[in-house]
Amino acid sequence: MSNEIEAIKDPGLPAHVHRKADTDPVAEKRAERQVAILFLISALGTLLFIFAYYFVPEDVFFFFPVLGNTNAHQLFLGLGLAIALFFIGAAAIHWAKTLMPDLEVIAMRHTLRSDEEDRDALVTTAKERAGAAGLGRRSLIKRSMGLSLGLIGLSPLVLLRDLGPLPGDELTKTSWKAGTRLVTDPGDRPIRPEDLEVGAVAQVLPEHFGEERRHLSDIAKDAVLLIRLRPEEFQLSSERLSWTYDGIIAFSKICSHMGCAVALYEQTTKHLLCPCHQSTFDVPRAAKVIFGPSARALPQLAITVDSEGFLIAQKPFSEPVGPSFWERSS
Amino acid sequence: MKKLSKLRRNAFASPLLLALALFAIGTTFSVASATTKSELSVQQRSAQIAEGKNIFLKGCSSCHGLNLEGSAIAPSLVGVGAASVDFQVGTGRMPVADLSQQIARKEPVYNEEQTAALAAYVASTSLGPEIPTESMLNYERDGNTAEGGTLFRTNCAMCHNFAGQGGALTQGKYAPTLMGVEPKYIYEAMITGPQAMPVFADKTITPAEKLSMIKWIKAAENEPQLGGAALGRVGPVTEGLLVWTLGLGLLIGVAVWLATKAR
Amino acid sequence: MTARERVAGTVANYVDERTGAAKWMKKNLTKVFPDHWSFLLGEIVLYSFIILLLSGTFLTFWFDPSQREVIYDGSYVPLQGLHMSAAYASTLHISFEIRGGMLMRQIHHWAALIFMAGMVVHLMRVYFTGAFRKPREFNWIIGVGLLTLGIVEGFLGYSLPDDLLSGTGIRIAEAIIQALPVVGSYLAFFAFGGAFPGEAFIPRIFTVHVLLLPGIFLALITVHLMLVWYQKHTQWPGPGRTEKNVVGYPLMPAYMAKAGGFFFIVFGVTAFLGAVASINPIWLYGPYNPGQVSAGSQPDWYMGWLDGLVRMAPPLETYLFGYTISWNILIPGLIIPGILFTGMALYPFIESWITGDKREHHLLDRPRNVPNRTALGAMSLTFMLVALINGGNDIIATTFSLSINQVMWFSRIGIIVLPPLAFVITKRICLSLQRADRELVLHGRETGRLLMLPHGEFVEVHEPISPELAWKLTAHEQAPALVLADVDARGVRRAGSLKNKLRKRISQANAESIAKPTANDLKEIEHH
Repeated sequence: MSNEIEAIKDPGLPAHVHRKADTDPVAEKRAERQVAILFLISALGTLLFIFAYYFVPEDVFFFFPVLGNTNAHQLFLGLGLAIALFFIGAAAIHWAKTLMPDLEVIAMRHTLRSDEEDRDALVTTAKERAGAAGLGRRSLIKRSMGLSLGLIGLSPLVLLRDLGPLPGDELTKTSWKAGTRLVTDPGDRPIRPEDLEVGAVAQVLPEHFGEERRHLSDIAKDAVLLIRLRPEEFQLSSERLSWTYDGIIAFSKICSHMGCAVALYEQTTKHLLCPCHQSTFDVPRAAKVIFGPSARALPQLAITVDSEGFLIAQKPFSEPVGPSFWERSS
Repeated sequence: MKKLSKLRRNAFASPLLLALALFAIGTTFSVASATTKSELSVQQRSAQIAEGKNIFLKGCSSCHGLNLEGSAIAPSLVGVGAASVDFQVGTGRMPVADLSQQIARKEPVYNEEQTAALAAYVASTSLGPEIPTESMLNYERDGNTAEGGTLFRTNCAMCHNFAGQGGALTQGKYAPTLMGVEPKYIYEAMITGPQAMPVFADKTITPAEKLSMIKWIKAAENEPQLGGAALGRVGPVTEGLLVWTLGLGLLIGVAVWLATKAR
Repeated sequence: MTARERVAGTVANYVDERTGAAKWMKKNLTKVFPDHWSFLLGEIVLYSFIILLLSGTFLTFWFDPSQREVIYDGSYVPLQGLHMSAAYASTLHISFEIRGGMLMRQIHHWAALIFMAGMVVHLMRVYFTGAFRKPREFNWIIGVGLLTLGIVEGFLGYSLPDDLLSGTGIRIAEAIIQALPVVGSYLAFFAFGGAFPGEAFIPRIFTVHVLLLPGIFLALITVHLMLVWYQKHTQWPGPGRTEKNVVGYPLMPAYMAKAGGFFFIVFGVTAFLGAVASINPIWLYGPYNPGQVSAGSQPDWYMGWLDGLVRMAPPLETYLFGYTISWNILIPGLIIPGILFTGMALYPFIESWITGDKREHHLLDRPRNVPNRTALGAMSLTFMLVALINGGNDIIATTFSLSINQVMWFSRIGIIVLPPLAFVITKRICLSLQRADRELVLHGRETGRLLMLPHGEFVEVHEPISPELAWKLTAHEQAPALVLADVDARGVRRAGSLKNKLRKRISQANAESIAKPTANDLKEIEHH
C-alpha cells in the first residue's frame, strides 16, 4: 500500500435550491401576506401597550392561569411591549428568509499577515523613527522620563487615599461596654433573665442613648443573639461558664465567616446555622464550628445582671466580631 | 397613582378571595369553639380532662410516658401547656406517623373536641402556655404590618425566608412554609417553640408584636403578583433556572428558525 | 430616477464627499456572513447589552443612589413608615409609582441574566468548535475579560437597590475584600468610606455600574466586533467550504434584516419575561439591616458558582505572628476563580503549545473530532455546575427533601471526583462518535430493509451516504502527536526535557482519535 493517502474529495458547493416563493407567485404572495400580518400583530402590541399605560388602572388585579392573581397594568403593559417587539423581529426574519435573495455567496479570505515587503518596511521605519528620537542614545532623558512616568502613576493612588479613613481599631471594637444593658431588637426594651424561658432566643442590641438612630455600621458589629439553655447542658470552660447567666448565653450574631446574621437556632440540636454559607455552630460548646466553612467560633459576650435585675454585658467582647481580617491575632 | 392599600378591595374574579373567606370562616369557628371551652362548668371541665387523659393513655402514652415524663424518642410534656398540644395535635404533627428528622404538618388525627380534651388534660397536670383566645388574635386590629415586617426579618426570616416560604435547617430539617398557616398556630408556635424552633417569649416579643408579625405574614400571603409569576419567592435560584430554560430556550429556538433555509 | 432615489443619492453624495465612505460601504454591504444558529449566540449578548443600556437609562431617571436615611411614605403598605435608604425607597418608587417602572426594572434584571447566560453559551460555542484558534486569540481574551466584568457589573447592579438580599451580598463582598492579606482591612475601609456598611458604597458603585463599566464594555465590545468583521466569521466544514473562503449570505439585505430582526426578538423575549415573571421582588426583602438575613440568601446565577465554592470550602485559617490568613475565603473566593479565569484566557496558547499548530484556522471543529478539548470543556463545565449546585444547596435540600449537609458533602466530593469523570466519559463518547462517523462513511446508512442472501442469511441493506455528507464527516485534519527529541543533534540532553516530556505526553493524548476514512478505504470496500 502506498503512503499516499487519498482523502475523500470535496464535492464543492451544492447547487442552489430555489424556495417556493422564488418560483411560485402564489407562494410569494402568501409570504408577503405573512410578513405583513406579523408586522400588524406588532402594531396591535404597541396599541395594547399604549392602552395599558393610560387606561388600565394600576390597582386592578385578576386571576391569570399559571401567574396567579396578577396586576393587570403591569401584565398588559409588558405583554404589549413584548408582542410589539417580538413580532417586528419575527416579521423581519420571515421577510429575509422567504423573500430576500438567499443565494449562497462565496467570498475569499485575505491572509491577515502583511507582505514581507511591508513588514520589513515597518521595521525599518520604526527603527529609523525611534533612532531619530534618540531614545537609544539619550539615556539621561530616558531615565528621567521613566522616573516621571513612574511617579505620576502614583498620583491616582494618592488621590484615592481620602476614599475612607484608616481602619484604626474600628474592626476590633463594638459598642458593648461593661454594664451596657441588653435591649431587644427591635423595641429597645431591657431584658430580665426570667423573661426568657428555656429554649427561648432573643435578638438584642446594646442599649442606645441619644436622639440619633442607631447606625447600621454599629448594628453590623453589635448584634447579639441570646439563647437560654438548661445550665447543665453547657460544656464550657469555667471562664466561659462565668460569662453566662443562669443558662443564658450570648453570642455575636455576626458570622465569623463572612458576616451574615447567624440566628438559625435549633432548639432540639442546640446548633446555630448561618443561612449564607451553612457554617454550623454548637451552642453548648461555646459556638464551636461543627460544619461549614467558618474557621472560628462565634465570639461570646460575657453577661450578668445589674442591680435592677436587667441583663448587662460584663465587659466588651474579648475578641473582634465578624469576618476575619489580616490584623486579627487569632 | 397606585394605591396598593386598595389591593384587596379592588381585586376581582379572584378565587383566592373566596379561599380566604372560607379560611377565615374556618378559623373563626375553630377559635370560637376554643373560647366556649373556657366557659365550661367545673363538672364539664373535669369530664373533658378525663376524656383527654383517656385519649392520651391510648394514643400518646406509649411514647410520652404514662405520666407525660417522655422517653428516649419523645420529649417530656411536663410544662408544655395547652398551646403546645393544640399546635402539635391541631396541625396533625402529633401523633407522629414516622419518626424522621422532621415531623411535617398533615391531616389531624383527632377532631377539635378531642384535641381540646387532650390540651385540657396536659394543661391540668402542670402550668404552661395557654391557647390564645380569639380576642388575643385580632391581628387586623392590634397589629402593625410594617413593624411586623421588621420583627419578622429580625426573628423569622433567617429560617422561614424573607417571604415566609420556609427554608433549610441542618441535617435534613427545615423551617416549614408559613403560607396558609392559621394565625392561632403561628402564635402558638412562637410561644411554645415546636421541634427545632426556639421560643419567642412574650417579654422579648410582646403579644402585640406577635400580632404585627402575623399581620405581616398574612399581608405577604395575600399579596397578589405585583410583578408577575412569583417563582416560589425563594430568591435568585428559580430566576436563574427560568432564564436558562424559558429565556435561552426561546432565544435559541428563534435562532434555529432564523438560520434554517426557507423552503 | 424616482424622487426617493434622488434623495438617497443626495444624502449618499453628501456623506461620501465628507468621509469617503462609499468605497468601504460598497465593499461591506456585500460582506458575506455564514449562517448557523450557533453564530447568533453572541448576538444575544450584544442585544442584551443594548437592552441593558436602554432600560438602565430609564431607571436612572428616578433612582437615587444614596444611603441617606429616609422614612418611606410611598404606596406599598407593608413598608410604610420604615426607615430605609433613599436608594431602596427610590427603587420602590420606580416599582410602584412610575408607570412601566416595574416592567423596566424587571426587563433590566432579566436582560442582565440573559446577557450573562448568552455569554456563557457563546463562550461554549467558541470553545467547543475551536473558534478561538489563530487568528482569533485576541477576541477570545477580550471575551474572557467581558465575562469577568459582566459578573462584576451584574453584582454591582443587583446590589444597588439596598434591600436585605443585596445588602447581604455586599456584606459578603466586604468580607472577601477584608480577607485580603496585608491590605484587606484598609481596602475595605477605603471602598466603604469607613466601617461597613457606611453611606458611601452605593453612590460609588452606582458610578462604576452606570458609567465606568458600561464604558469599558462598549469599548471592548466594539473591538470584539471589529475583529470579527475584519477577520471574517468562521464557518462549519461542509461542501465547498475551505480555510480560504467564507460561504454565506451578503450583509445587505438578508443578513441585515435577520440580525436586526433578532434584536427585536431578544428585546421581545426579555420584555415577555419582564411582563410575566417577577424578578428580585425587593419590596418583600425589606430594607437592608446587618442584623437581619433571609434563609436561602443566594447571589444571581452567574455568581452562584462562586458562592457555592465558598460554601463548600474547608474551615481553614492560619494565624501567624499575630496575623490571620483566611484560606476559607481566599481559596474559593479569589485563588480558584483566578486560576480558572487565567487558565481560560490562556487556553488558546496552551492548546497551540500542545499541538504545535501555529496556522490560521477558519473552519470550525466538530467537537467530537477534538476529543481532548471537548473533554476538558466538559470537565470545566462539570466543575462549575457542581459549584453552582452547591450555591443553591439550601433550596435544593428543601425542594428535594435532602439535607444541606448531604448536598454539601456531595458537592465537596463531587467537585474533585466528577470533573475528571466527565473528562473520561466525554472523551470516550467523542471517540465512539468518531467511530460511528467512520462506519457511516464506509458502510452507509442503515435502511432497515432486510435482504435474504441465497444461502438464507439475512443482511440489512446499507445505503451509501451523499458525497456532501461524506466530505463533511471527513473534512477535519487528524494531526499526529508532536515529535520532540529529548536529546539534541549531538546527543546531549536538552534543557527543559521535563517540560518536553510533559508536552509530548499531552500531545499524544491529544492526538488520540479514530482514523478518519480515506478515499483508499472506500475503494477497498468497493472491491469486496
